[in-house]
Amino acid sequence: MAARVEHDDADKARRFRDAALPHLDDVYTLARYLMRSAADADDAVQECYLRAFRHFDGLRGQAAKPWLMAILRNVCRAEFARRSGAAADVADAAEDAAPLWQEPASSPEAAILRQRDSETVHALVAALPEPFREAIVLRDINDLSYREIAEVVGAPIGTVMSRLGRARSLLREAWLKSEHEPQYEERST
Amino acid sequence: MTCEETRILVHALVDGELDAGHARETEAHLASCPDCAAQLRDYRVMRQALSAPALRHQAPAALRARIEGALPARRAVAPSRRSLFKGLAMGSVLSGALAASLVVFVMRQEEDQRILGDVVSAHLRSLQGDHLIDVQSTDQHTVKPWFNGRLDVAPPVIDLAAQGFTLIGGRVDYVDARPVAAIVYKRRAHVINLFVAQLMGPERRATIEQVQGFNIWRWTHSDLGFWAVSDINAGELQEFGEKFEAAVRSGA
Repeated sequence: MAARVEHDDADKARRFRDAALPHLDDVYTLARYLMRSAADADDAVQECYLRAFRHFDGLRGQAAKPWLMAILRNVCRAEFARRSGAAADVADAAEDAAPLWQEPASSPEAAILRQRDSETVHALVAALPEPFREAIVLRDINDLSYREIAEVVGAPIGTVMSRLGRARSLLREAWLKSEHEPQYEERST
Repeated sequence: MTCEETRILVHALVDGELDAGHARETEAHLASCPDCAAQLRDYRVMRQALSAPALRHQAPAALRARIEGALPARRAVAPSRRSLFKGLAMGSVLSGALAASLVVFVMRQEEDQRILGDVVSAHLRSLQGDHLIDVQSTDQHTVKPWFNGRLDVAPPVIDLAAQGFTLIGGRVDYVDARPVAAIVYKRRAHVINLFVAQLMGPERRATIEQVQGFNIWRWTHSDLGFWAVSDINAGELQEFGEKFEAAVRSGA
């Protein structure tokens, strides 16, 4: 009897490993951008995998990667909420205040981006406010489809598209601005 | 289509998420609107920059090990339902040896020894049940790609049939709480498990070790660690390791 229980546990652990561990680098990457520090990312990812294992039976036929990222996102948001009241709500409110189609008047229309080195691009992404940062990271760095992003952030695809559009518009502005600041260097994170 | 609509749909176009009809309409507008076309060019530059591997992070090995270690009964992973039953029913000598080995290895503090112990445990497990190989093939071009996506390393897989070591397949196993590649060869009736993992310690010269009567020929190459385990004699195992290493160096 005990052997059977142990075996079921081991079997579950084995299936979890096969399903969840191949995505560890992706989940960790998202954590680094959401938490902004390596130590916080470590903690968040470990908590994420603990929770994921506990609820692994709830994953039925779903893709594991967006499922893990949704858990990670909840872990990170809970941590931010713990640290400072309703910070997450404030970030979401900022999005509503600036609809996608209202491009800032100063937005450069015909200036063309120069290619930048990865360190600069990393810093530009890291400086984006939420929820735009996570939209760009999920789409362009973690390579999720719109449907998968919608699953991760728990929002309709239309919202995902709107956030992503706004996020890229913000990133493009910051990118163009950085081109006029030759002294622009990555702040250490 | 207007500029406003295009400003929204251009992203779905860049991301390949637009249906054919909207893609044609969006492209038609872009062809006639320099401002929107400039944005499209910019978003493509951004997307290319964002796809650089340098923007992704690799989970630290310590974090991976902590997560692995928190999962239950990692050492009981390999036996399948059937082999577990068989082990209980037969009360086999191997089960005893396995249990003894676990006790010994928990007690030893030295990581190096623990890894050697894990390697022998994994070798024993593989012989015990029906879990010697997950991908069965004598073709290195079948076995090597099978590891893609299953591990964070791409182990070299070498055909050594001409040297008297027959490739029979591969599987993913666990050594020191980390998933590793196990490439399986046969020499006459003897099984050789070749474990390949990302190197955690320093590089080292090839050496032969004995643990519980099994021979282990271990070496490192670039950022990979190799452990060949078998009950064949030390000389033959060394020959296997050297042939394998030579083939890797010559890029076979």
